[in-house]
Amino acid sequence: MTQTYKTTYRNALRDAMSEEIRRDEKVYLIGEEVAEYNGAYKCSQGMWEEFGDKRVIDSPITEYGFTGIAVGSAMKGLRPIVEFMSWDFSMQSCDHIINSAAKTHYMSGGKVSCPIVFRGQNAASGRVAAQHSQDFAGWYANIPGLKVLAPANAYDAKGLLKAAIRDNAPVIFLEHEKLYGMENEMPTDLDFTVEIGKANVIKEGTDISLIAYSYPVEVAKEVAKKLEKDGISAEVIDLRSISPLDETTILDSVKKTSRAVIIQEAWSYASVGDSIASLIQQKAFDYLDAPVLVESGAATPMPYAENLEKLALPQVDVIVDKIIKMVNK
Amino acid sequence: MQDTNIEQLKSNFSTDVLLEIYEKMLRFRRMSEKTAQMYQQGMIGGFCHLYTGQEAVLAGTFAGCKEGDDHITSYRCHAHALACGVSEKEVLAELTGRATGISKGKGGSMHMFAPEKGYWGGHGIVGAQVPLGTGIAFHHKYMNQDNICVTSYGDGAANQGQIFEAMNMASLWGLPVLYVVENNVYGMGTAAKRVCAGELFERGQAFDIKGEKVDGQDFFAVAEAVTRARKFILEEKRPYIIEMDTYRYRGHSMSDPAKYRSKEEVQAVKENRDPLMNMFDYLIDERGLTEEQLKELDKKVKANLQDAVDFATTSPLPDASELMTDILPR
Repeated sequence: MTQTYKTTYRNALRDAMSEEIRRDEKVYLIGEEVAEYNGAYKCSQGMWEEFGDKRVIDSPITEYGFTGIAVGSAMKGLRPIVEFMSWDFSMQSCDHIINSAAKTHYMSGGKVSCPIVFRGQNAASGRVAAQHSQDFAGWYANIPGLKVLAPANAYDAKGLLKAAIRDNAPVIFLEHEKLYGMENEMPTDLDFTVEIGKANVIKEGTDISLIAYSYPVEVAKEVAKKLEKDGISAEVIDLRSISPLDETTILDSVKKTSRAVIIQEAWSYASVGDSIASLIQQKAFDYLDAPVLVESGAATPMPYAENLEKLALPQVDVIVDKIIKMVNK
Repeated sequence: MQDTNIEQLKSNFSTDVLLEIYEKMLRFRRMSEKTAQMYQQGMIGGFCHLYTGQEAVLAGTFAGCKEGDDHITSYRCHAHALACGVSEKEVLAELTGRATGISKGKGGSMHMFAPEKGYWGGHGIVGAQVPLGTGIAFHHKYMNQDNICVTSYGDGAANQGQIFEAMNMASLWGLPVLYVVENNVYGMGTAAKRVCAGELFERGQAFDIKGEKVDGQDFFAVAEAVTRARKFILEEKRPYIIEMDTYRYRGHSMSDPAKYRSKEEVQAVKENRDPLMNMFDYLIDERGLTEEQLKELDKKVKANLQDAVDFATTSPLPDASELMTDILPR
């Protein structure tokens, strides 16, 4: 029997990084406050103590510079994990993520690879306003040459992060502050990984497919629970991997349920949700009984006030009402 | 002191080795000229940045480096590829967008790489190669390798903020990186003195990084400075900056008619400070070679270059199936 242990999303990330740093001398962690401070969100608790300055590196607050240095070291053969305190700060360094890390493999005819993981807190952690709350999934998923992952539970956080560190491509790893405390059972096996590019059907259903990634998976689960009371059976799909996207799992589900809702914190226009809606209409149009619904964050910079922030994010009751109308039409 | 070093260094080079170096400089020059011609004939697309006038910088830098050192530069990268051991065939085939190009025709003029030869490109975002090169030096330190990464950028890039960010960390962490500022006087159409405050070789002072300015048209001056800098970097475990005082003969790219400077200004450098002429004169005056010998060498370089042109222009275009390969590594 597989041995398991229970831990939080936050500590699962720490365990994933620690296990990979022990396994491979080329893996190191770099970022602001990751070492002596144990991480702004304590995702690297105890790592500096165990591994020291060489493997767990406090960087100056200089995202463009340290991202470029990490990317250069990856091209030469190291396997850095770069922590952004918040993905909003990656705007300072997205030139190196996109122009250097993502494109060089192609531009070099396959000669130069960049095995690197960029990870950190993404989207709305709560009451931190517009410059610390954006969901960047769609931005990075738009770029060929990057993989984009967004785990919604501790099990996937560990398994996907280990897979990302072992992957030879640059990987964008989007975490969520509201999930950091979530606990799950997971294998103790040091080679436990979750395959990149596979969505997870976390609840089967027959009437509608609820598709989400990261924290909105929790919203989708809540929506499904409420729909149950109204006699509507919802299937919940956790994408886990945004790029590559598991089209098969999405399409198989929609062909079965004939209805789909995508729930995301990101703004709708040019987003992951809109792309999935487009995918469904291109490849499963004939199976649809209703237009695909994309429930997104309000198209506004994130407000600070508690009531406004709540209105800006996907709301369970609003989604439930829309679905009841959709199904009963 | 440096002058004495230079004299000493000169005597360390045998005439045979100097001939090889002169041949290398000729190869940079002739390939650049040929590239201009092919561009004008419509055989090369897009942007194209040439290196004519700056040859001693590269030749001298490589003379001061050792096996295992790495090199990274901007989009003005064709001669750097040759210096690292890439052939004219591979460079010209890339420039003409052929399957046999160094980047399989997918990178083009600004993106050439030969990691197995220590050549890391070839970068089109002005200044981006500086943190990348600093990261390659980070690798050397991390893996305890006694090598440096020569990170080249121009006077135009010198004002990019990311360079200062990289220098801060290179100094903090004692990274073995040599920053080579190729000051060719103009960043595109803008004279360096119009946009750069202070001296470029002094830009590391705030980070406790030493620097110096060298005559980039003089092979020996460059070789001496780089040899000394390399030793300093590895012994002291500190980065170092060398500003090369150089000049580009052509416009910024092939589409630049260079109206921001006078013909006389360009002519004066060609007549008085040409790096090839400097070496040509030295080999005749100090090493007893004849003009005929050197012209013979030039002929050999040109013949080899013509072979490369033929190779490039008769090579197949990339197969359509190549469009969707090399996006993600295995």
